Amino acid sequence: MKIDFRLNGAAIQVDCAADRRVIDLLREDLGLTGAKESCGAGECGSCAILVDGEGKLSCLMLAAQLEGREITTVEGLASEGRLHPLQEAFVEKGAVQCGFCTPGAVMASLDLLRRNPNPARAEIREGLAGNLCRCTGYQKIIDAVEAASKIMQRRERP
Amino acid sequence: MGEVRRHKRHSEGALHIGASTPRADAYAKVTGAEKFAADYYSSDMVWAGVKRGAAPHGVIKGIFTDEACKAPGVIAVLTHRDIRGSNRQGVVRKDQPVLADKKVRHCGDAVALVLAEDRETLLRALDLIRLDLEALPGVFDVEEALKDGAPLVHEDNAGGNTLLEAHIQTGDGLTAFERCDEVIEGRFETPWQEHAYLETEVGWAQQQNDGKVVIVASTQTPFRDRAEVAEAIGLDLEQVRVIAPYTGGAFGGKDGITVQTLLALAALHSNGRPVKMWWEREESFIAGTKRHPTRLYYRLGAKGDGVLHALAARLYFDTGPYDHLGGVVMTLALEHAGGAYRIPHALLDAWCVYTNNPIGGAFRAFGVTQVTAAMEQMMDMLAARLDMDPLELRLKNALTRGEKTCVGVTLTGSTGLVECLERVERHPLRTERYAWKAAAGPFKRRGVGIAALMHAAGYGTVVPDYANAKIELTPEGKIRIYCGVVDMGQGNASANAQIAGSILNQNMDSMELVLPDTDRTLPSGSASASRCTYTFGNALIGAAEILKNRILQKAADLLMAPSTDDLTLAPGKVVNRATGAQIPLSRLGRLMAESERTAISHFRAPVAKDRLDVTDELRLHGLGHAVISYGAHLAAVEVDEITGAVEVVSYLSATDCGRALNPQIYEQQIHGGICQGLGFALFEDFRVEQGTVKSPDLATYIIPTAPDTPNMESLPVELHEPTGPFGLKGVGEIATNGPAPAVANALADACGIRMFRLPMTPERVLLALRGRETR
Ligand code: FES
Ligand code: FES
Repeated sequence: MKIDFRLNGAAIQVDCAADRRVIDLLREDLGLTGAKESCGAGECGSCAILVDGEGKLSCLMLAAQLEGREITTVEGLASEGRLHPLQEAFVEKGAVQCGFCTPGAVMASLDLLRRNPNPARAEIREGLAGNLCRCTGYQKIIDAVEAASKIMQRRERP
Repeated sequence: MGEVRRHKRHSEGALHIGASTPRADAYAKVTGAEKFAADYYSSDMVWAGVKRGAAPHGVIKGIFTDEACKAPGVIAVLTHRDIRGSNRQGVVRKDQPVLADKKVRHCGDAVALVLAEDRETLLRALDLIRLDLEALPGVFDVEEALKDGAPLVHEDNAGGNTLLEAHIQTGDGLTAFERCDEVIEGRFETPWQEHAYLETEVGWAQQQNDGKVVIVASTQTPFRDRAEVAEAIGLDLEQVRVIAPYTGGAFGGKDGITVQTLLALAALHSNGRPVKMWWEREESFIAGTKRHPTRLYYRLGAKGDGVLHALAARLYFDTGPYDHLGGVVMTLALEHAGGAYRIPHALLDAWCVYTNNPIGGAFRAFGVTQVTAAMEQMMDMLAARLDMDPLELRLKNALTRGEKTCVGVTLTGSTGLVECLERVERHPLRTERYAWKAAAGPFKRRGVGIAALMHAAGYGTVVPDYANAKIELTPEGKIRIYCGVVDMGQGNASANAQIAGSILNQNMDSMELVLPDTDRTLPSGSASASRCTYTFGNALIGAAEILKNRILQKAADLLMAPSTDDLTLAPGKVVNRATGAQIPLSRLGRLMAESERTAISHFRAPVAKDRLDVTDELRLHGLGHAVISYGAHLAAVEVDEITGAVEVVSYLSATDCGRALNPQIYEQQIHGGICQGLGFALFEDFRVEQGTVKSPDLATYIIPTAPDTPNMESLPVELHEPTGPFGLKGVGEIATNGPAPAVANALADACGIRMFRLPMTPERVLLALRGRETR
């Protein structure tokens, strides 16, 4: 079936089975391998994307659900070679080790900061409870989200 | 494929040793641009997958593939009959079939390989394969497996179900216990630990027109893989090329073959089309290796003043049906069984045992995690018996440089255990512990526990631990490092850039990394054993120094300087300090011949020189290490007396891993190790019943999440290691060893219960609190 949606700011139409998993559509058909698959069952968060600004697990979504939506993947965050402040903070604070959880963690953090722009550390921990990371012990991810929240708030103030 | 990694970061100054430079690989990972093995796709790609025996032990009477072969979209179905080589793989002992032939020996054994047009077809075809298995009685317990008459996992193994056994006696052995004032005993059980890397086993392969098979795999060991693949499926070494991108986590679980051989076999039957194999999470849990479960019997004797006198230990390792690295893991555990303490008399016995359970293999800290969990609890039990402070007891017995461990290895390198313990001793978490404990709320108990750690790096005395570093000044004026040691997430690729960049005074933008590729980089051993930056870094220093001299000499020639004395490298150029004249590296790169602008250097790690009274076999398996890191950990826990839940409130570590080349990467390693250790201590309960995995996914096998993880403080104790690159020692593994004993000791401190079995789940803690499991 033909499905129309916006992907990282551009209108796009795909022709695929209605029940194709969004993670497969992104990774295999569209070449956007930023979102990772680690469990395929909603248990790890590494496939997280934004759908109309809201964090969703792309391994649990079907292509037909994308109709008319605005999709953002990790590839859509940096603009003109400039990292999003959250990405910048992940790099600077050492939140990236193997990096396989990183795209999902970044997308989930964006979702968290949208809902709670100034979270306490404990709130960041709770907010990222669905994003497994086997490398970092999470501390530097928390540092990064905390630092990014400050920067993003400063930028948003007039 | 095999492309050069460049780094897009805003330019900063030249790289420095000791600076927390953000990692070179972080940019591409955080933008989603980094291409992991899992990210290889192409339009003409074939999906390959494995039919597994799904029975713990049985004779293969028939493998019926006809229906699967006939299914539309199926390209090939292969069995052991389609393999021309040895059909055996393994690191030390080649005892694991690529595709099972006579028997299946655990539930994850691969029996048939299917190639299909897409994943759905693949799954359907796998279902259509029928196996006729005649069930055999299985063996699932290490001590049962050693009894006469136990079912044999490998009928042709001379030792029955014993893969490797070892016995070491030092001093007077057991008779020394007669002279002890206090003797403590304990029997400990540690479970399997699943690596649970986020990137499950995955790879991509294609046979080129010239017959060569190119494999891109998530692996820690590309060079060893190449040899294993070639032998197992009957190819020449030159016909196999292995490329190893950054892995999405490995931790020892990719120290050896996972998908590689199967992929290469598939590529021989796909008519030149590329083949992808990616294990699903459940498959990874069932077929992948795990940390060996152990049963450990300890007896520790001391004088009345707390001076350790004698140790006896019997260590049983369950390696499942295959060696993988079981014998080597057991041997490293044996070497660390008595910790970093002065114990003059010891008798240590160890068995690595075949069973029909999942495969035991390498997992970060390689057996040392298990014995440290036991030994460090023994120390606290002894301290309690002697009414001594546990930290004082450790300080009293801590080894210093020049002394021998209880297996007889002399500590010749930097030895910072005392310094680590002293850092912990002075920390507020320790000095203010009584007040903190007293402030526990209703139905809560608080406790503080410590653990002392040592962890040896490298391969030991016999297997050569070496690296060959290659570095190049490119015609574009960049510095390109060819490294054959995989970066599985630990950041050694970036550390290499920092090492070479600091010697050549270049910034990160000038550095290019060629990741491991058997065609392009040089053999440098595995990414394991806390050796990556130590061994390769030493080789790289040599290569970078050669290149530096060549660049300066060429610049002197071109600038007509009388010598190189006034010349200095600066980012992107060479400067004559006397005249101010400059010459860009890009110009030098164009003017130098390739042989001139390329430098290679070899390093071989030092080994322990002691003449240990042990078998050659044990030496071959690694006994005797020369470069050792040390640490002291402290856990502050709060126990809920109603639920049995243990919350680790704060965690402190002090680590002597020599000089921290990059403090941020150092912290990353410590944090990650602690978190995995906390999972091992508290949550990770890999359940297996009669050989069948009962915790096959991340919903039933619980690894720590962000809210489960405490704030961690990681103090570096930077003693200079004379043999290390810039004084560094390995830091990749040691932290994993601390949490289990530190938390167990904290739990004992909080409520007087001693947990002899990991993980310390709320149910077990509650049982112990009710006095049913206390001993
Ligand atoms: S892959 Fe989607 S949650 Fe794990
Ligand atoms: S960085 Fe490896 S899983 Fe998070």
